[in-house]
Amino acid sequence: MTSVAAARPAARSYAGAFRRRLGTLPKHVVVIGLMVLWLVPTIGLFVNSFRPAAAVQSSGWWTFLIHPSQLTLSNYRYVLAQGGLLPAFVNSLFITIPATIIPLFVAAFAAYAFAWMKFPAKNVLFVAVVGLLVVPLQTTFIPILQLYGTFGLNGQFLALWLAHTGYGLPFAVYLLRNFMGSLPSEVFESAEIDGASPVTAFFRLALPMSVPAIAALAIFQFLFVWNDLLVALIYVGATNPDNAPLTVILANLVSSLGSGWWYLAAAAFIAMSVPLAVFFALQRYFVRGIVSGSVKG
Amino acid sequence: MATVTFDHVWKRYSGDVVAVQDLNLDIRDEEFLVLVGPSGCGKTTSLRMIAGLEEVTDGTLKIGERVVNDLAPKDRDVAMVFQSYALYPHMSVRDNLSFGLKLRKVPKPEIERRVQEAAKILDLGALLDRKPKQLSGGQRQRVALGRAIVREPAVFLMDEPLSNLDAKLRAQTRAQILRLHQRLATTFVYVTHDQIEAMTMGSRIAVMSAGLLQQVGPPQELYDHPINKFVAGFIGSPAMNFIEMTASRSDGKVQLTSQDFTFPVPDRLRESVAALSGNTVTVGIRPEHLELGEAKPGDATLRATTDVVEYLGDEEQIHLRAGETEIIALVNSSARVRPGDVLELRVPIDRVHMFDDQSGLSLTSRELAAA
Repeated sequence: MTSVAAARPAARSYAGAFRRRLGTLPKHVVVIGLMVLWLVPTIGLFVNSFRPAAAVQSSGWWTFLIHPSQLTLSNYRYVLAQGGLLPAFVNSLFITIPATIIPLFVAAFAAYAFAWMKFPAKNVLFVAVVGLLVVPLQTTFIPILQLYGTFGLNGQFLALWLAHTGYGLPFAVYLLRNFMGSLPSEVFESAEIDGASPVTAFFRLALPMSVPAIAALAIFQFLFVWNDLLVALIYVGATNPDNAPLTVILANLVSSLGSGWWYLAAAAFIAMSVPLAVFFALQRYFVRGIVSGSVKG
Repeated sequence: MATVTFDHVWKRYSGDVVAVQDLNLDIRDEEFLVLVGPSGCGKTTSLRMIAGLEEVTDGTLKIGERVVNDLAPKDRDVAMVFQSYALYPHMSVRDNLSFGLKLRKVPKPEIERRVQEAAKILDLGALLDRKPKQLSGGQRQRVALGRAIVREPAVFLMDEPLSNLDAKLRAQTRAQILRLHQRLATTFVYVTHDQIEAMTMGSRIAVMSAGLLQQVGPPQELYDHPINKFVAGFIGSPAMNFIEMTASRSDGKVQLTSQDFTFPVPDRLRESVAALSGNTVTVGIRPEHLELGEAKPGDATLRATTDVVEYLGDEEQIHLRAGETEIIALVNSSARVRPGDVLELRVPIDRVHMFDDQSGLSLTSRELAAA
């Protein structure tokens, strides 16, 4: 008797679970369908980057399933050797890493001051900095180019580092200030009584406690600079092609190899590899970072 | 070791918000002083002024003989334990304890000695390498205490350090803090809104309300001789019963009457009550002073109907109602009172408090002060 009584609810719960699964099935089918639809062009491009020119021109990318032996690295070899992609890749790294670290560092200092220090016109200054978010960066090109011309910075890496620092700061200050402002005040008060100066409190407490927000910002800024074409083209690309980053070379590939887009596919995937690596390395901060600072607690 | 002296101290915030008004308070060396009062009474602000986290708007604040009004928190030789513990979340317990000492460039062996000693006192030895998030609430609280101990400050400041703990842990930690006070023989200033904490821990209690210091004294003095209605109602649990009555004098007899009761006035208060003849006097009776049983001639009695009975083990807390008046009595549970019972409660007239309804001041204490 007891076993029957015990078995019944179990059977019922299995049926219940099955029904629940069935209920969510259409939702899953739709979501998976959308994902596939979204990914197909990228997959096609990826596959084509490994197919020879003749095959790309004569048949669809999916035919590689029938002739897998077609796949080759020749496109990659070409863009790296003749396309000038390798030095541009190094340039991109050389531009992006400082252009990520400098604004983050400056923004962290500013955010700490705005969040925890007392000084006159603090709120007015903060509103002014955040207000800069609405200035379109295109409007800054001419005056900054003139300024760079005066100081002989056009075509230099430093020009890009400074420009990206300026463009990145308003958002970085805004996000970090909100995050640091939501850190418990008692921690800083306790440190003050313990004998910590503002500088100590910044380096020993505020900075380590803000790692999630800083990591999220690092991703944003890295992706923005790595993928930037406009700023690089304006300040460097035109005057000093030797210092041009990947994006500028990619853009030139399109115009000069308009018909040879299989090379472009290979180049695009080389360009994408770094942001993808950064994204996957820091992605656990990414989701946390988007909400960070917006909700207290 | 040090005294703390508030000399006509005011704290005003921008606008006209006054948090602390003209505070005069001498905290003695090695004393355990508890600042108690309801939320927003200015107790935490006063504590934060000692720590240097709030500026003194007006008046003089001294630690020992030194005026500290303009001294940075780190130079005041105080340590503070916060309600939220305020541990450094990314540091181990050991680093949390030693952080303040490292900043003060205390030699390494000395830091190690103090950390070990604090860990021993607070039973933190096994937790030294853990991060705060791996600790329970009680353990975090002990780390916060430890961080204050290692500093060996002249004054310990504690801002409601137990209010995030559960009831059992709170009782344990209460005893631990008292032992710590005895062991360290240092001045402790302790802020709480919980009058039981205040009564059990303080060598003296300072009761504050609405930014004003109401009364300072040992727990028993506050219990026996509250200076006004506020202190009387705040100290003691359950809270004192208040009954508003009218003073009258007829044929040389002074009496207090309300719609439901009539009380004779004890001789010691005759004059002061007679002076208020025709006015309202608030009578205060502590629930534990009400007695069940036969009234003797001359005794005051309350006749009321039992509403709810709360059984507490050897005592019962009885909620009674007489007309508009609600009364709480604490009686021996052997009486077995039931809801609906009509009780005759004897009021020991000598232990009754009386307050001028206008000023809220105690007539009883006024007599005492005059005597």
